[in-house]
Amino acid sequence: MFSKILIANRGEIACRVIETAQKNGIHTIAVYSDADSTARHVRLADEAHHIGGPAATDSYLLGDVILEVARHAGAEAIHPGYGFLSENAEFSEACTKAGIVFIGPSADSIRSMGLKDKAKDIMSHAGVPVVPGYQGEDQHPEKLKKHADQIGYPVLIKAVAGGGGKGMRLVEKPDDFIAGLESCQREAAASFGNAHVLIEKYLTKPRHIELQVFGDNYGDAVYLHERDCSLQRRHQKVVEEAPAPGMSDKMRRAMGDAAVKAAKAIGYCGAGTIEFIVDVQNGLEDAPFYFMEMNTRLQVEHPVTELITGQDLVEWQLRIAAGEPIPLKQEDIPLIGHAFEVRLYAEDPENNFLPQTGKITHFSSPPQDAHFRMDTGVEEGDEVSIYYDPMIAKLIVWDIDRQGALRQMSRALAHTAVSGLKCNLEFLGNIIRHPAFAAADLDTGFIERFKGDLLPEDNKADPNILALAAMAELAPRSTGGDPWDFTDGWRMNLDLKTTLTFIDHDEKRDVKVVYRAGAFCLTIEGKNHDVKILQQAGAALNIAVDGQKISAKVIQDGQDLTLFYNGTVSYLHHFLAGAEGEDESGGSGVIVTPMPGKVTQIMINDGDLAALGQPLMILEAMKMEHTIKAQIAGRIDGFSLTVGDQVADGEILIRIIEDQE
Amino acid sequence: MTIIQSTIDGKSPEYLSNQKAMAELVGDLKNKLAMIEGGGGAKYSQRHLDRGKLLPRDRVNRLLDKGSAFLEFSQLAAYDMYSKDVAAAGVITGIGRVSGLECVIICNDATVKGGSYFPMTVKKHLRAQEIAEQNNLPCIYLVDSGGANLPSQDDVFPDKNHFGRIFYNQANMSAKGIPQIAVVMGSCTAGGAYVPAMSDENVIVKEQGTIFLAGPPLVKAATGEVVSAEDLGGGDVHTRISGVADHLAQDDNHGLEIARVIVGNLNRQKTNQLAMKESQEPAYDPSELHGIIPPDLKTPYDVREVIARIVDGSEFDEFKKRYGTTIVCGFAHIYGMPVGIVANNGVIFSESALKGAHFVELCNHRGIPLIFLQNVTGFMVGQKYESGGIARDGAKLVTAVSCAQVPKFTIIIGGSFGAGNYGMCGRAFNPRFLWMWPNARVSVMGGEQAANVLSTVKRDGIERQGGTWSAQDEAAFKKPIEEQYEHQGHPYYASARLWDDGVIDPVDSRRVLGLGLSASLNAPFGPTTYGVFRM
Repeated sequence: MFSKILIANRGEIACRVIETAQKNGIHTIAVYSDADSTARHVRLADEAHHIGGPAATDSYLLGDVILEVARHAGAEAIHPGYGFLSENAEFSEACTKAGIVFIGPSADSIRSMGLKDKAKDIMSHAGVPVVPGYQGEDQHPEKLKKHADQIGYPVLIKAVAGGGGKGMRLVEKPDDFIAGLESCQREAAASFGNAHVLIEKYLTKPRHIELQVFGDNYGDAVYLHERDCSLQRRHQKVVEEAPAPGMSDKMRRAMGDAAVKAAKAIGYCGAGTIEFIVDVQNGLEDAPFYFMEMNTRLQVEHPVTELITGQDLVEWQLRIAAGEPIPLKQEDIPLIGHAFEVRLYAEDPENNFLPQTGKITHFSSPPQDAHFRMDTGVEEGDEVSIYYDPMIAKLIVWDIDRQGALRQMSRALAHTAVSGLKCNLEFLGNIIRHPAFAAADLDTGFIERFKGDLLPEDNKADPNILALAAMAELAPRSTGGDPWDFTDGWRMNLDLKTTLTFIDHDEKRDVKVVYRAGAFCLTIEGKNHDVKILQQAGAALNIAVDGQKISAKVIQDGQDLTLFYNGTVSYLHHFLAGAEGEDESGGSGVIVTPMPGKVTQIMINDGDLAALGQPLMILEAMKMEHTIKAQIAGRIDGFSLTVGDQVADGEILIRIIEDQE
Repeated sequence: MTIIQSTIDGKSPEYLSNQKAMAELVGDLKNKLAMIEGGGGAKYSQRHLDRGKLLPRDRVNRLLDKGSAFLEFSQLAAYDMYSKDVAAAGVITGIGRVSGLECVIICNDATVKGGSYFPMTVKKHLRAQEIAEQNNLPCIYLVDSGGANLPSQDDVFPDKNHFGRIFYNQANMSAKGIPQIAVVMGSCTAGGAYVPAMSDENVIVKEQGTIFLAGPPLVKAATGEVVSAEDLGGGDVHTRISGVADHLAQDDNHGLEIARVIVGNLNRQKTNQLAMKESQEPAYDPSELHGIIPPDLKTPYDVREVIARIVDGSEFDEFKKRYGTTIVCGFAHIYGMPVGIVANNGVIFSESALKGAHFVELCNHRGIPLIFLQNVTGFMVGQKYESGGIARDGAKLVTAVSCAQVPKFTIIIGGSFGAGNYGMCGRAFNPRFLWMWPNARVSVMGGEQAANVLSTVKRDGIERQGGTWSAQDEAAFKKPIEEQYEHQGHPYYASARLWDDGVIDPVDSRRVLGLGLSASLNAPFGPTTYGVFRM
């Protein structure tokens, strides 16, 4: 085993590798960019080295710089994590050359699996099934149809030069083939100037099932069962689970054997994943499966495999890289219970999953135990920058069966809260709670199919959420004895009545409040509610609405509130009229000469629109040049001065009329 | 510390009937206040809102720190005094927290007769300024007023404590370092123009606030010049050209926000000169006060039951418990602040007066604020007491109370009659605040006593001339006197005329005392020099 390794990565995976390495008594060396100088992986590592600028191309992708650090620091091996240099054959080669072990496959393995077509050829030759199809020079329609008939319908005709959904035709039955082909070719010729097409088997109900494999330096290989990663959004995995629901031992063995065959075909060493696409239109049992690609690294979703097998895959990687044989024989690899992983991302599901950046002002999750695990590279107070993947954490759960694991995940999500930036927590919850997901009715089209449920159009905060927001804003802040510190809205012989305005999805929503002794009467959307604060501790807020207890997490950040309630995440802004107003005493549409002078330059014309602060003209007075700027935005009105004009003290220079819009 | 042992039986018929009677009185008070809260009524409120203005109470709420208390003064001012209702005398005043500082807020209510100044409006405005001055509290004027009520000019303009005094106070408070801040949210005409002009820093709301010595009609009449109110004295003119105003606000909310920023920059700090304890709630529920207080002022009860429901932990260390027992004196805490309490427990005798005077001296010497709980028919009368020098002993108490410079607070919890009112720190003796319970009465003597005194004098006169006076005639003679005393001694009558700072629910006594005490700590306690005590 190694005594010193370098982790050429950042974020959760760097932390993950460091933890296992340290557990095995290995000294860990982290590398970091300017953006990560205080990142969690740097804090965890025994030693850390700066390698460059924040962009990955200036740091984490600089193989030679990292290698130099490794050499200098005396690292015996480099763990590349995933992404960055993990599937970079040159880097693997360079490591070997430098006498440093690359914890991953050989350069040859990476290269042979790096090109999709080549990989498919290799697998096909090794007897691993690949998606049937035809991609050849012969474009004669009858020839093409023959291929299609052989592949079996439905088939997809795709323009070779195509992309973006253009130049694609789905053909359900033989009779429709020629018409579909012609139309596809026409469109391909028109759009891409190339009428060449390829034909592929079309899977009506595909599932993404991948096999975790390990190979060692002694030609041996095993599989650690499968993961189902069918829940994808634009080829991005969202939820992963192991084992695949409905997977029989027989089917698992068939797929596992194929995966091992694939790994052995290229003499694979280390952790790898064989991705299969499975056609489940007639169920998973005996379903046809096809090789898609091989990932020659540790996968993001490896924890689900760890939880069902009880193995530490990073430790396996380290041992194998250090020259040890595979730790377990195939038949000794356990499969116990069921695990899920969800990827918590800083992204805005309501805005086309736009990545979010900013400071994580609050981050809480349940304590980790046998049922819940969280892998993360950030902590509360950390920044999610524009430079890297905006993943916040992976939440992983385990239970004895799928139903149990689903409950665990539901609960984990309900007790997780992130604020400061938007995240996909509610979207994940919507998937986990979806009846079709519970029924394991999975395929890669799941998210698109249930879009309406998973990303509801009308996502306005419900009255309970407004009540929670109001209570968070009105909750007593002080426990001091001075009655002036009390915030119970005491009024002599009267009840304080006020209105809180929250901005929810750009809409103003009012909550009318009457302060009562120890309680509040809230009017929300015309309905009155008696509301009481039961308990408030940190972000946790328990209130009673008309006697019914409601629990939530509410994070307040100035006037911004993030509410986690009943699986929903709401972002509200407490709008305080007048608080954001500008003091206008300096601004006026009428600009008067500050002193007598001469006009030396004019930058505007009568009728122009002037922006606030825009330079309008230059006046020379007292041997100084004075730039006259617009004090309000608006339209220049009745301007008639010319360069060289003398202006007297107090004379109106420019008049700007505010645009009434 | 000794905890008061209450002997109240919450199920006794007396308790229940007391409770019912007090609930009616408090209910009536709150109903009156609900009316007064509406200012000039729905029509004028709507007109006000239609102009884009906030209602006066919303202005106050927006100005104050979120959820913090507002210790309002004289809510019943002008109640039933003028031919038409002038709710709260057309001005809302009180102490509230703004940017962490206790400030006095004086907010005109333009929905009430255009916010014009009736005689009681002036009195209320001046009283609020007096509170600010005594307690060293910044003043914030939310101005929206047409100025003096012209038909009442003789009662609002010329005298010492009339309109001009407002500006005199502003100048002198400013001189003492008490910030004067104005937000002009409507008219500020004639004399009213001096409110913002005399302020240290002010704000004017754009196209809404106006400041001028003479409005457009007067200008036209005087010089023939035709000019709009906005061009004559609007926000743009005053913040850009005249310099009369300092900040131009976009609207009410913005103006109030600017006022909060101004207060945030005052560089003031409250210094506490008291040895504080940790605050704790009374051991007995203050709401039980409703069942303790008998509706008939003549029914005796132990005032310690009241104290037990006001002070921290119901803890009360009595002073001279065995001597002069008709005045109860002792030390306690309210919201952690030490206080000395002087409470009546019957008619005042020489010994009680001496004890009271001694205790007031003690508190004053030690810098402990004083609380007077008044329920007094007066001093004991009769030859024995006069010859015993009760006047001399009463004078000692009055001297001690008059000269004491520690903050004094008075609640009239029952009767406040005759010299008892003086010895127990009545309005004339400058308590920082004086509140009344709804069951209280204040007059030179009780109605029945007054009627008896007058009928005795009359009977003596009739009988001296050999006439006779039937019991029937005597009763007829006494009835209007009793009625007059009952009417004029009523808390609403008193509060309408600002003989107090408000009528309160007994349950709120602890809170108002706490707020008042805490606010009073903004001013250092002055040194006391006593007059000559008649020995």
